[in-house]
Amino acid sequence: MSNSELFTSSIAKKYVMALTGLFLISFLVIHCTINSLIFVNDGGETFNEAAHFMSHNIVIRILEVGLFFGLVLHMVQSLILTLKNRKARPVAYAVAPSNESSKWYARSMGILGSLLLLFLVVHMSNFWVPTKQAVFADLEHNSFEAMKTVFAEWYFVAIYLVGVGSLSYHLMHGFQSAFQSLGLNHKKYTPVIKTVGFWFSIIVPAIFAAMPLAIYLGVIE
Amino acid sequence: MSGNMNLTLKVWRQKNAEQKGELVTYPVANISPDMSFLEMFDVLNEQLITEGKEPVAFDHDCREGICGMCSMHINGRAHGPNNGVTTCQLHMRSFNDGDTIVVEPWRAAAFPVVKDLVVDRSSFDRIIAKGGYISVNTGNAQDANNLPVPKVDADKAFEAAACIGCGACVATCKNASAMLFVSAKVSQLALLPQGKVEATERVQNMVRQMDLEGFGNCTNTGACEVECPKGKIILFSENFFSEMRRNFFLK
Ligand code: FES
Repeated sequence: MSNSELFTSSIAKKYVMALTGLFLISFLVIHCTINSLIFVNDGGETFNEAAHFMSHNIVIRILEVGLFFGLVLHMVQSLILTLKNRKARPVAYAVAPSNESSKWYARSMGILGSLLLLFLVVHMSNFWVPTKQAVFADLEHNSFEAMKTVFAEWYFVAIYLVGVGSLSYHLMHGFQSAFQSLGLNHKKYTPVIKTVGFWFSIIVPAIFAAMPLAIYLGVIE
Repeated sequence: MSGNMNLTLKVWRQKNAEQKGELVTYPVANISPDMSFLEMFDVLNEQLITEGKEPVAFDHDCREGICGMCSMHINGRAHGPNNGVTTCQLHMRSFNDGDTIVVEPWRAAAFPVVKDLVVDRSSFDRIIAKGGYISVNTGNAQDANNLPVPKVDADKAFEAAACIGCGACVATCKNASAMLFVSAKVSQLALLPQGKVEATERVQNMVRQMDLEGFGNCTNTGACEVECPKGKIILFSENFFSEMRRNFFLK
């Protein structure tokens, strides 16, 4: 097999999905940690400081570009894979294989991912775009106030809950599947990865969900 | 006889690869619960022949669950509702009087329909031809302990070798991926010293052919191992995938 073939094969494409997926997971950890600072409940002071650091630190800025490319690669590759998979079964079953043999969310990664993408568009326009505008205009941006304004609206809260819900199920399959796609399977460690993945995909989205809820309900001011 | 069943079958009828097929409804009466699913189809075919109609074409050979020839997608599941059995080993006692049973061929671009429920699985043969063997004669069975093989590896290789190449994994996979088949064929050799030598080359060649045949990509849903009639592969499928993926980039 030539080198170029090696990297376009089905196995290699899944390597790309897995590596970019794990990279995006590492971003989630940081994003979740920083945003959790709103729970300090000091009028957003600690959180704003961290947010300021994140939007002005050069290393973080470079990583942000990497994150963008990682996300695009993850999406493009999944699109290519999905199209190939569709072609692999041109005539559908009258009675489709159901939950008896696999989990619905494992079969719905494309739909969950698309929901996430839609959510990301809303999410970026809510927070990322205003932050960038402020940074470029050299203005101070109060991220905490921005959160309070957005999450005062029930429909934004609803969109965010659906968003993190999709994230949860996407991770539920994606976390452990990434290791599997990389060929990392071990008698002892695979069950650990699966357990960690399971709790990760519940805890992280739950923390994210708590933010709009807490602000909307006035628990945090 | 008491306990016999009357059933409604919805069977995929398709003249040949070119023409479009459709589900046709047939009632069958007085089916014994002790019949195998294929024997029930024999009854249907006799009935069709007496009525002067074309019998349903379906694949079968050993009818003992060992050859991998039988291949029916029954009510949305490859080889029917039971785990760990082929269609020929599925018995009518798994169904109830009055049931409607939908029977379809394996559906995959790489398994084109030949006629009715018969599909062409020669794509599997072409994958095997690309390296599913050891290219030198390894001689007779070795004396015990002449070639030390860890017991775990020997067991795993043996489980992989249980694959009968029926294609249920492809049929049930939402992506029509052949990962379970290919990884089993890779692992049964790669795990043993005689097969280890060519492991990387073998994986690459077989994967290339697998992609060329138009199978989909594995998304680790695990459906294949649930439907695999050789239940033992279940325990190790993830392991086999890894064996394969690890060997892929080696060298
Ligand atoms: S006919 Fe041989 S396995 Fe079913």
